[in-house]
Amino acid sequence: MSVAIESNHYEQAFAAAGLDQGPAWLTALRQTGLAAFAAVGFPTTQHEDWRYTSLGNIPKTPFRPAETASVDASVLEPVLFDDDRVDRLVFVNGHYDQKLSRIDQLPAGVVVQSLADAIAADLPLLAAHLGQHARLDGHPFAALATAFVRDGVVVHVPKGVALERPVHVIHVSRPGAEPALVCPRLLLVAEESSQAMLVETFLGTDRGPHLVAPVAEIVAGENAFVDHYRVQHESLETGFFGLLRIQQARSSNVQSHLLNFGGAVVRNEIAAHLAGEGGNCDLYGLFMPTGTQHMDNHLRVEHEAPHCDSREFFKGILDEKGTGVFTGRIYVHKPAQKTDAKQSNMNLLLSPDAQIDTKPQLEIFADDVKCTHGATIGQMDEDALFYLRARGVDARSARSLLVYAFASETVEQVSHPALRTLLHEAIITRLPHGVDLKELV
Amino acid sequence: MLEIKNLHASVDGHEVLKGLNLTIEAGGVHSIMGPNGSGKSTLAQVLAGRETYEVTDGQILYKGKDLLEMAPEERACEGIFLAFQYPVEIPGVTNSYFLKSALNSIRKYRGEDELDAVEFLKLVREKMKTVELDERLLNRAINEGFSGGEKKRNEIFQMAVLEPTMAILDETDSGLDIDALRIVAEGVNQLRGPERSFLVITHYQRLLNYIVPDHVHVLVDGRIVRSGGKELALELEDKGYSWLEEAATA
Repeated sequence: MSVAIESNHYEQAFAAAGLDQGPAWLTALRQTGLAAFAAVGFPTTQHEDWRYTSLGNIPKTPFRPAETASVDASVLEPVLFDDDRVDRLVFVNGHYDQKLSRIDQLPAGVVVQSLADAIAADLPLLAAHLGQHARLDGHPFAALATAFVRDGVVVHVPKGVALERPVHVIHVSRPGAEPALVCPRLLLVAEESSQAMLVETFLGTDRGPHLVAPVAEIVAGENAFVDHYRVQHESLETGFFGLLRIQQARSSNVQSHLLNFGGAVVRNEIAAHLAGEGGNCDLYGLFMPTGTQHMDNHLRVEHEAPHCDSREFFKGILDEKGTGVFTGRIYVHKPAQKTDAKQSNMNLLLSPDAQIDTKPQLEIFADDVKCTHGATIGQMDEDALFYLRARGVDARSARSLLVYAFASETVEQVSHPALRTLLHEAIITRLPHGVDLKELV
Repeated sequence: MLEIKNLHASVDGHEVLKGLNLTIEAGGVHSIMGPNGSGKSTLAQVLAGRETYEVTDGQILYKGKDLLEMAPEERACEGIFLAFQYPVEIPGVTNSYFLKSALNSIRKYRGEDELDAVEFLKLVREKMKTVELDERLLNRAINEGFSGGEKKRNEIFQMAVLEPTMAILDETDSGLDIDALRIVAEGVNQLRGPERSFLVITHYQRLLNYIVPDHVHVLVDGRIVRSGGKELALELEDKGYSWLEEAATA
């Protein structure tokens, strides 16, 4: 399908959506995003950072801010975990759905609310943090998403508070006939010695042209502990382009887990800054493209201070004509002595047509550091397969079992038992004949 | 039980087994000894159905059926068991899940009811004692981080659970200290019976002090060059293999 698109389509859509209205700091932020996007437009494979990811029809498709839609609560069931003890915020096409959401009594001073509500309430935290961490240059989709920012989630955990209940943000995509743009925003500010767990689930219900561009900013204060998950099950006509920006102060600890199952063209950009001494940042990823899915992981970890540890541990399982990209860059700045950075990307190719481009990179300007990186691309381990079969396990189950074993290692790091079980099941559902493995979890 | 006739097998175009003949009766314990590279492990792998070995000639009958026609899992279901010389480590799959699926697929094949979790646990607890394996290993990934001795005992433990009719032990004794060797041998001896046959492949005579075979065969250059009773093993211990190798090439 060839669609005519005006060269200033997004400026027009911006004005039509009334996004020039609102508090001054917010309209200024949106204008910055709009200008940043207009300056560069959609990236092409000519850009070094986008060499392996083609956007296909996306630049030619006139996406407009998505209208809200209603969904039945039953749609959420497959992605819920430990539901009685989790605070849940549900968004449909990027709009907060209060009826499907449920937030329990929060500890004093804690904010867990929709961004739209926070804007209406003029929450002071916003002007100080929203859009202040995510850089827009080099992230064209984040620029676009910033121009169209309207709703999302704000979490603020004050000093010394440990949030007992995980926050589960569920974004339901319900595409209509018209190409729609959804820009969910997340701002999580964890103050000194606080603790929070936040899960973002992206769930596509129907097929239809959809562009989802989430921007998340996670700000971990001194000695704060943040556990973040992004589980992506968008439909197969969805373009998904996310930016996760992590800012860490001294002795903070952030873990982020990205699990990608859905979407047509998917890219997750992570930019983590270890800005204070003794910080720790662990990034785990699993991507499982099959059919003609494409999944791109673009990571950059900046070690700016001494004695910080970081770990990138990404696994790809690529089947049929699925393609994947891993670009991991660890940048160790001059003051960041005693950095311990590990990077690993292991891939399993299950079909001769599947493809992975993997590029681990280290840039080191300090002299007393420990950095390792490695990438592997392999097929099924024939020795292991034979071992299982020689014990009586049929070839089909043995294959699924080995793929599961490869994939599940990333999920083993998940500390929340019910979420871990849910993610194990999500992996199993993706495997050919995975149903035989249900007992495993 | 098992009848191997004129077996020729190659790997990467290189012929390793060059006309091997061997018959194992029900309940018999046969030992195959031989120098490195004589084809001992190739024989074990061919019996278990490893596809990297190409059978170019000959026949293997197992309980009267053509073994070479069967997939590895089918052989296992029919009662063939190979204790691997190098048990494979499989991160991410627990011993317990693996063994339960193996046992239940074998039981299903035989038309028996599958065991539920409770019945399975009861069975494995009992069998683990016989090989003195720590129960905690059940919930660890298959062979991952196991010591050499634990890996070999795990093989014997799996054998005890799966109760094969034709067990092949491929150098299960190699690298074991005397205590582990005793435990492994004891595990095997407990399973000896009129309906179960063993093919014990070993490089060292020492194992045969603990698992006393009915027959000993010497494999040299892809063929059995000498067969005898258990005393043949002692003779080999004294003289080495060279006198037989010379005889074989002469």
